[in-house]
Amino acid sequence: MKKLCSYILPLVALLAASCKKDNFDPPQARLHGRLVYQGEGIPLEFNQVPFQLYQFGFGKVGPVSNTTFTQDGAYSVLLFEGEYKLTVPNGQGPFLWKKQPDGRPDSITVQMKGDQQLDLEVTPFYMIRNVQMAAAANKVTATFGLEKIVNGADGKNVERVNLYINKTAFVSAGGDYSIASSQRGGGAITDPANISMEVTVPALVPAQSYIYARVGLKLQGVEDMIFSPVTKINL
Amino acid sequence: MKKLFSIILLASVFAGGCKPESEFLTVDPTAILNNEQAFNDPALVLSMLANFYNRQTDFSTVKNWESMADFSESFPSQNGGPKSIIERNQWDFGFWSTWDYTLIRELNLFLQRLEAATKLKDDEKKRFRAEGRFLRAYYYFEMVKRMGGVPLILEPMVWDYKGDPTYLRHARATESAMYDFVIAEMQAIRPDLPADVNVKSRASRGAALAMECRAALYAGSIAKYGNVTPSVSLPTGEVGIPASKANDYYTKALTAAELIISGSAGTYALYQRNADLSENFAALFYDKVGNPESIFIEDFKLKSGKVHGFTQVNQPRFGAEEEEGGRINPSLNLVQSFEKLDNTFEQLPVKDGAGNPIYYDNQTDIFAGRDARLGGTVMLPGTFFKRRQVDIWAGYVLADGSVVTGDDRGSQKTLPGQTQPVQVVGFDGPIHGKEHTAQSGFYLRKYLDPVSGSGSRGTGSEIPFIRYRYAEVLLNAAEAAFELNQPGVAAGYMNQVRARAGLTTPLGAGDINLGRIMHERRAELSFEGHIVFDQKRWRNAHVVWDGVSMNEADLLSNIGSPNKHNTQPFSLWPYKVHNPGSPTHGKWIYRIIKSPLVTGTNRFRLGNYYSFINNDIRSNNPKIVPNPNQD
Repeated sequence: MKKLCSYILPLVALLAASCKKDNFDPPQARLHGRLVYQGEGIPLEFNQVPFQLYQFGFGKVGPVSNTTFTQDGAYSVLLFEGEYKLTVPNGQGPFLWKKQPDGRPDSITVQMKGDQQLDLEVTPFYMIRNVQMAAAANKVTATFGLEKIVNGADGKNVERVNLYINKTAFVSAGGDYSIASSQRGGGAITDPANISMEVTVPALVPAQSYIYARVGLKLQGVEDMIFSPVTKINL
Repeated sequence: MKKLFSIILLASVFAGGCKPESEFLTVDPTAILNNEQAFNDPALVLSMLANFYNRQTDFSTVKNWESMADFSESFPSQNGGPKSIIERNQWDFGFWSTWDYTLIRELNLFLQRLEAATKLKDDEKKRFRAEGRFLRAYYYFEMVKRMGGVPLILEPMVWDYKGDPTYLRHARATESAMYDFVIAEMQAIRPDLPADVNVKSRASRGAALAMECRAALYAGSIAKYGNVTPSVSLPTGEVGIPASKANDYYTKALTAAELIISGSAGTYALYQRNADLSENFAALFYDKVGNPESIFIEDFKLKSGKVHGFTQVNQPRFGAEEEEGGRINPSLNLVQSFEKLDNTFEQLPVKDGAGNPIYYDNQTDIFAGRDARLGGTVMLPGTFFKRRQVDIWAGYVLADGSVVTGDDRGSQKTLPGQTQPVQVVGFDGPIHGKEHTAQSGFYLRKYLDPVSGSGSRGTGSEIPFIRYRYAEVLLNAAEAAFELNQPGVAAGYMNQVRARAGLTTPLGAGDINLGRIMHERRAELSFEGHIVFDQKRWRNAHVVWDGVSMNEADLLSNIGSPNKHNTQPFSLWPYKVHNPGSPTHGKWIYRIIKSPLVTGTNRFRLGNYYSFINNDIRSNNPKIVPNPNQD
């Protein structure tokens, strides 16, 4: 009995306590929001435009989170409570991010204490306006206008516009994300405010009665494209 | 007396034990040589060099077949890991990266200790020093190709145990400084190396010139084409070279190439020993006997412990030693890009104008009249390897166009109108998803060893991996000459390489453009580790691998165009016609197929132009600036 008290019970107590000691809670504060320009969301290509979160004082250099925006320009991360800096790295995204005087990207300070919504205000080079999509006779037609937002030295010229269609709600140029697309070069656009494009819907295997479409805009010297929101169209 | 004896005994014991205390533990080890001993014997110095030669980094070598199977030039026919090549949509930013400063430090130590050696003869010392510097430059060249400018460290750094490592941190050199270093080193050591064609696995004057030529050409094209992707540069020059330097680099490349061509480093020549030009091209890689074309190789030797299994993993599987092989299946994209003998590009004649299949008597007829390098690079259906015909065919096509085929290699079925089952699919495939069979309808030929036993696991193959060869020097010279506005000279060099491939109609000065040169390098040098670095330096990689999926019409248009995208490998499957009574019975037809396994597309992002320098490296050394466009 004495043995039980002196050795085994403390051991059991220690083991029980150590379970708590070894594990700490996962991050639980959710930071979320979307990219906006004057209140309007900026759709992007899935998994191509990154944002980074930094936290000071933990030894190694580098972002604690290096994730990407979704295709409607939204983001969401779970964080520990504390102070973070959020930034979009240089040259990423079809928009202008605030810069410091020495040209490095500026950052936003985020105080995490419980869930928080934070919309990121940026200036896109262009906006795709008045998108109308329709399907008829196995063709998807899109009409839209391009509005140039950034003028002057930072302004970019249009390289091309694409109309992409896909069977799923992920729509962009990449492998699984388009089953067909049509393209028009920047030189072939006469009236940027009024562009009409169409693409033929290929045979859908297995058959489905709807399709997702959106318009993408590629600018010269910018890798990431600007998109219109994904539209579901019944065929 | 007895006492005296014991005293004397005791005294003598003490006397014997009376080594000075300081020497008591200084006994030379019997298993370790100190620096002085090691650097006194030329054989030992050479053995150290052998270690460094073995540790050099290459891309797409016979030691690593997966790296050859990338870039949609082929289909990796193995389930598991390699299959991800055709399933992924883009390359990670960390792809192709290398950061082996251990090797650099050891090379620096080697050079320092060699300098201090006293008992080596002067001419031995000179050659060893030249080889050490050659290998250091070789690795720095590999690094700059992949990472851009890196810290250029030419001294063995020593830790002072004072707790502050900052003095060991070096910033990245500029990209052009790296290329300048490689070029200057090669010029400096050249006289100390033997001008001997038969020195191939060690540094030679030819190897130094070839490296200088390639480095200068790379630097020149990065300078010239950097404006295509302005965002792939850093303001401080770690990535990107100013356009004003282009001509200077191209001139250096041309000069170095012409020194080799003129024979000043030994008489190198194109390999021309076999009247069958395809066989000749294949033999260039397996013929080790005084091969005049290879300049610098990684050599292998049977029964020495240094052999490789490249033949074993890529040979036609049927009847092969170990019943194994067939992993690299070159794609139709590559096969159709080989020119016709009249210097034009044309798709393989699968269908006639009305869309009906074209019937062939022999399986190989469809490939007739093309660049001989096709047969030397790719094992075509119906050709021979190790005197056995490659059995690649996908099934019987019946009169109504339907196909009778099996789901195992050489499986049998009964055809309509017959009573006995017959073989309905080739023993070498192709069958969708069946690993180690010819998924694309082709096998690789280049670097495959026809010697018996080469395909067995125990024996292996001893054919060398060629790092530099004369044909590349000619093509480098042609490209440099073209960029220096001497298209006539460029045509002359290119025609030499083309004539060896059976393209006997010479190109004129007016035919030379960058697209031609790009194509020529693809045809001549495919599967030799050039494609990714070539496309990178031309800033064309994001055009060719644009991530947009391909369809058949896409595949068949603009063959040979440098802007043609190449994101997914296609297959060409042969079928036998079963239509008794019809004139087409027993003939062959071909179909273009995109394997259902190909789900990804190759997308080369701007951030892939230079590999990612990982956060650990940057944490340890904050002076390292990150490469652009990657986050």
